[in-house]
Amino acid sequence: MSEEQVVAELRSGMTIGIGGWGSRRKPMSLVRAILRSDLRDLTVVSYGGPDVGLLCAAGKVRRLIYGFVSLDSIPLDPHFRAARESGQIESVEYDEGMIYLGLLAASHRLSFLPTRAGLGSGVVTTNPELRTVVSPYGGEELLAMPALALDAALVHVNRADAHGNGQYLGPDLYFDDLYCAAAERAYVSCERVVETAELGAGHPATLQINRSAVAGVVPAPNGAHFTSCAPDYGRDEDFQRSYVEAAGSPERWAEFSARYLEVDERGYQEAVTAAAVEAGA
Amino acid sequence: MSEVTRAETCVVACADLWRDAGEILASPFGLVPMIGARLARATFSPELLMTDGEAMLGSGVWALDEQPQTVEGWLPFRTILELAWGGSRHVVMMPSQVDSRGNANISYIGDDYQRPAVQLLGVRGAPGNTVNHPTSYWLPRHSTRALVPRVDMVCGVGYDSAAAAGPAAERFLDLRRVVTNLAVLDFGGPDHAMRLVSLHPGVERAEVEASTGFELVVEGAVPETRAPSEEELRLIREVIDPTRLRDREVRP
Repeated sequence: MSEEQVVAELRSGMTIGIGGWGSRRKPMSLVRAILRSDLRDLTVVSYGGPDVGLLCAAGKVRRLIYGFVSLDSIPLDPHFRAARESGQIESVEYDEGMIYLGLLAASHRLSFLPTRAGLGSGVVTTNPELRTVVSPYGGEELLAMPALALDAALVHVNRADAHGNGQYLGPDLYFDDLYCAAAERAYVSCERVVETAELGAGHPATLQINRSAVAGVVPAPNGAHFTSCAPDYGRDEDFQRSYVEAAGSPERWAEFSARYLEVDERGYQEAVTAAAVEAGA
Repeated sequence: MSEVTRAETCVVACADLWRDAGEILASPFGLVPMIGARLARATFSPELLMTDGEAMLGSGVWALDEQPQTVEGWLPFRTILELAWGGSRHVVMMPSQVDSRGNANISYIGDDYQRPAVQLLGVRGAPGNTVNHPTSYWLPRHSTRALVPRVDMVCGVGYDSAAAAGPAAERFLDLRRVVTNLAVLDFGGPDHAMRLVSLHPGVERAEVEASTGFELVVEGAVPETRAPSEEELRLIREVIDPTRLRDREVRP
């Protein structure tokens, strides 16, 4: 599939989970395609990085479900901050582990999973919908983390075959398998589409997303740019800095958008290459 | 050896957080706690587990801006969460606000959750960490902005918040210490109120009290924070932080 074909299957108002972690292995080419679309009012579930920042900047997010938003080497994302500080998005904040449990509950077709995490914290006081549950084994009163059922999941991996078997080659799967399992439809973009036999030659632990959970595969070389996609490439720190700096004024953001976001994926990749050449010259 | 800097005093105060900790994961946030954790493992707590900042467990001692020479295990985020919930971890977090009962805030500043004055990171793992395993805090700038009467958002759960939430929140709550650039504190006062444990060399009690946004419990004469040993100084200066990154967090 192409990024545009994936976006054509999405609808405004959907709940969309985005894999990766912070500024690491984010399905950025799919995010960029959403920026170019007329989708709106999305509920986004994410261990947030620039995916959240860009979607906020484009006004695509109505409700954000998150544990944090960070660019890792730069602690805070300016667009996410601006969206929160202007009251533009509805914020639903969970402990990182609660999001894991929410995805796990959805993947098990449960309405909740019990946890200690969140008890006594602002996660509960800021969210009147949260309930506790009393353990039938000893009576402990625990927090009932609601399932985070997704209409669609978007994840980016290093390799995949055409059938939807995904392979990650970096140090951490993050929660990408659960995003896929928690979703009605999961879309996997990848650095390279390979023959199935090539996947099978790798260590079995790299193959944790299988085709039963995947609706479509998108070939997307450099598709996680500017987030990291180890071992294929690291984070483009120069570009990330320019993304943050561009948020400094509406004029600079308009310039950044025109150059990188109001073009198709091929145009984006060409502009990135050109910028690197300019910086090197 | 030249004179001990404030940052080096803070490093050993942080290292001492992991004394007698056993075979658990040391999770330091901030440069000074990171140096402290590596120092603890290189000296009195060799059994500590430590990650490379990503997903690998490293053995041995390595410099701040380097990678461990030997990998001894794999600890992706999901495994860290499971290990944390099992209790085998002592985290040192670096919050923007801490109050007298140990509530800590890394999420936002302001009084309107849906429209904060200043958005920070989000709660991250702080709620789950605090109710599951030992937690300490590092504040590189001890001030009335950081030590506040009441945090704007409870991310790390304090003793009073846990008590209000019930036994399941209190069961494993174990807030150990607060290390700042001026002093070491704990929650040993009445009703777990924050208490002054020691003053860093050259710091007066009045300075700490004036820099704290609530009343501290002070019991009798307050001792001085211990000095690093010659061997600890050598490890800090020559092995763990030879480029003096610690001075960026605590000015000499």
